[in-house]
Amino acid sequence: MTVRIVDRRQDSKNKSSINRSRFIQRFSGQIRKAVADAIARRGIRDIDSGEKIGIPGKDINEPHFRHGQGGVREIVHPGNDRFNTGDSVDRPLDGSGQGAGGASQDGEGMDDFVFTLTRDEFLDIFFDELALPNLVKRQLARIDEYKRVRAGYTQSGVPTNINLVRTMRGAAGRRIAVGAPFATRLRELRAELERLRRDCPGDPEILRIEREIASLNARSEAIPFIDPFDLRYSNRIRIAQPTTQAVMFCLMDVSGSMDESKKQIAKRFFMLLYLFLNRNYEHIEVVFIRHHTVAEEVDEENFFHSRETGGTIVSSALKLMHEIVVARYASTTWNIYCAQASDGDNWNDDSPLCRELLSASILPLVQYFAYIEVTDGEPQNLWLEYERLVDSHPGLFAMQRINEVADIYPVFRELFRKRLA
Amino acid sequence: MSKKRTRPIAEGSEWTVEAIDRYDAEIGRVAKAYGLDCYRHQLEIITAEQMMDAYAAIGMPVYYHHWSFGKHFLETENRYKRGQMGLAYEIVINSDPCIAYLMEENTLTMQALVIAHAAYGHNSFFKGNHLFKQWTSADAIIDYLVFARNYIAQCEERHGFAAVEQLVDACHALSNLGVDRYKRSPHLSLEKETLRQKEREIYLQAQVNDLWRTLPRQDAAVAEQDEPRFPREPEENLLYFIEKNAPLLEPWQREIIRIVRKIGQYFYPQRQTQVMNEGWACFWHYTLLNTLYDEGKLTDGFMIEFLQSHTNVVYQPPYTSKWYSGINPYALGFALWRDIRRICEAPDAEDREWFPDIAGSDWRETFDFAMRNFKDESFVAQYLSPRLMREFRLFSILDDDALPKLRVDAIHDEQGYRALRRSLAEQYNLGSADPDIQVWNVDLRGDRSLTLRHFSHQRRPLGPETERVLEHLATLWGFTVRIETQMPDGSVKQIAEHRNERRSRPST
Repeated sequence: MTVRIVDRRQDSKNKSSINRSRFIQRFSGQIRKAVADAIARRGIRDIDSGEKIGIPGKDINEPHFRHGQGGVREIVHPGNDRFNTGDSVDRPLDGSGQGAGGASQDGEGMDDFVFTLTRDEFLDIFFDELALPNLVKRQLARIDEYKRVRAGYTQSGVPTNINLVRTMRGAAGRRIAVGAPFATRLRELRAELERLRRDCPGDPEILRIEREIASLNARSEAIPFIDPFDLRYSNRIRIAQPTTQAVMFCLMDVSGSMDESKKQIAKRFFMLLYLFLNRNYEHIEVVFIRHHTVAEEVDEENFFHSRETGGTIVSSALKLMHEIVVARYASTTWNIYCAQASDGDNWNDDSPLCRELLSASILPLVQYFAYIEVTDGEPQNLWLEYERLVDSHPGLFAMQRINEVADIYPVFRELFRKRLA
Repeated sequence: MSKKRTRPIAEGSEWTVEAIDRYDAEIGRVAKAYGLDCYRHQLEIITAEQMMDAYAAIGMPVYYHHWSFGKHFLETENRYKRGQMGLAYEIVINSDPCIAYLMEENTLTMQALVIAHAAYGHNSFFKGNHLFKQWTSADAIIDYLVFARNYIAQCEERHGFAAVEQLVDACHALSNLGVDRYKRSPHLSLEKETLRQKEREIYLQAQVNDLWRTLPRQDAAVAEQDEPRFPREPEENLLYFIEKNAPLLEPWQREIIRIVRKIGQYFYPQRQTQVMNEGWACFWHYTLLNTLYDEGKLTDGFMIEFLQSHTNVVYQPPYTSKWYSGINPYALGFALWRDIRRICEAPDAEDREWFPDIAGSDWRETFDFAMRNFKDESFVAQYLSPRLMREFRLFSILDDDALPKLRVDAIHDEQGYRALRRSLAEQYNLGSADPDIQVWNVDLRGDRSLTLRHFSHQRRPLGPETERVLEHLATLWGFTVRIETQMPDGSVKQIAEHRNERRSRPST
């Protein structure tokens, strides 16, 4: 009798994945907070990793009826090296250490419970419930790109696609199958002929058999070497391929009225947008455009950290963006997103121009345009002009006001809240 | 030893299925020669990741889903990945057939060790020990777990996952007070369980409703003081009481309480026999493998690797060590069983005085008797010998919060032996490790509040989590719950109360 040995290594690996996601769901509040802290420490493109997260141990402790400290208890320990019956010993300070009375297990639950979120879990939590407006519609319903992939073989097609190996294999099979009855009969007749020639030459049967053999040979040679029926063609089909690249424009006002803290707020917002897009597209380019009275394209470092002074003409940035789009990002292969941050200051007669630019040339090209106004004051003229776009371009244009850093995340969620189709 | 027989079972450290098979056959042969009575067993080879999965589900192959298992998983994974802990070499399941897991990372030697330890050691203990025989149904447990998982999954679909989670949370909080200590649970199979569950649903609901009937009673004239107490007798199985009597629960909620209770009951014997069970398994892997070595079937390399692991497992660090975290059940158990064998085979004068009934007896018979009829508490009380106390250099510390200092109550000397043995046995008494809390009274006529009473043992108070547990209890009971402590002198004082005027219906 041999024992039953079952190799389970190929079985489902992640039996605990449900429990794991339940855990994350259950403590999503604490975890989300920890994730938000982690985001603050990261660079804008630095998202390709999971995150080690700590949440307070006491929150996740499972309570039971247990004994607390105090009362009388008698505990046996091993390794006596100095005590005699009746000795008195000072209490150790924290319940642990030498001669301790039961290093308390209750203490264990009070540390932070630290664990590692995978990259996907990390981002899932971060983008929980978020989706770009119309994302599903645009990404899946309107498909511009197709890819041709192999899909087996068919019996019809164009000559260039004939698959020789398959065709010849089929032909050989057919020849064997169709010729089999003749071959069997031939073998029998040849054996018979052999026997007759050896045993009784001159038998008229020999002649008959020879004739039959000849006729069978002719028939089996008449089986066509290749038949239209054998032809096989390599098949290719078109499958839709969603566009996998996006470009994100970051537009920011760097005029004198935008101070460092306002820029930091804007930076966080751009970061979030970048993270979000990275989750949805394989390849993302980021274009930074800053402007005061004139706009220029800069790198990330300059975008956030150099400081200009002077007035503000927002339309300059929009014009530059439009030029860049036309020159570098033809709109069918690129998904274009734009986030604009400003404190709302603009020259009065420029704001209507901005609105016209947006509605006439930019909004038709982009997937989404988000405008955030970093200010604690009254709405400025740019805001008022932009407000008129919200109604005329629902789902395409959104705007929000941010007062301080803590507002970013809620605002971000508000902007990209999942909309029911 | 003749040269002919010294052909080892296998060489090298890489395991193969054939080598495992041969080892199992040889170990099984020796185990049979020693008279070990085991369930059939099945060896399953798993990866480290699957081992962590198994950890999270307390080793069971099927289990219902709950966030707390996810927490255990993350904890294990995190510690394992940072190298703070190794995984256990083995997990074995008390079922028929008994399932033992072998981890693929282990060497051939370790696989043989695990087979001897789990598939023969633990397995025979599960089959023989009276607690397991009485409390668990090895042939039905997997079926029951399948039933439990499916049932809870169905409830999640039907009543929403949040409602089920809240309920299971509450049950887990009370799970250590959800076991019967004195009554036996019946055997059931999957089909029977499903069938019975339907009947139970209808019947239970009818019972409860009757208890809380609001129709005017015929005998309204009966005087207040004649109203019988409810429950008649205090009930120590809190979950059982809730399942049968909580007024507002839906039938499916009662069933889930029952499931948690049943599974808790299944694990209860394991908690009661840790020292014995682990010691037994260690003793047998040690004995079986040594026997094979004596027969010349194992190489020296095998023995060295095996002994190294074995020694690590049964090492008892002294209290001064920074590794010290209480008495190692493997060490104590292994030493106890070895000592019993020694007392049987080579008793000295002291043994004859302390253990007149077993000194010089047949060790296999003595072992069998001890394995079948004891639990940790009684096992230590019965078999801990003075020699072993000296070997472990045991000493007992009295921690009384009324005294300014700790006192060394007994050490390993002539006057101390009995006291030491008594207090070590008491340490393994689950009855005093868990607080003694019973359902004391339900105010049937008034606000339906539930009163628990904690019987204080050695003046030990309840821990700081009490209020949170009470909250869970209140969600189950649906009305006010409170807990009071009765001190040894009979005085009673309320410790905590959770007011719950009128709970919203559980389905909302």
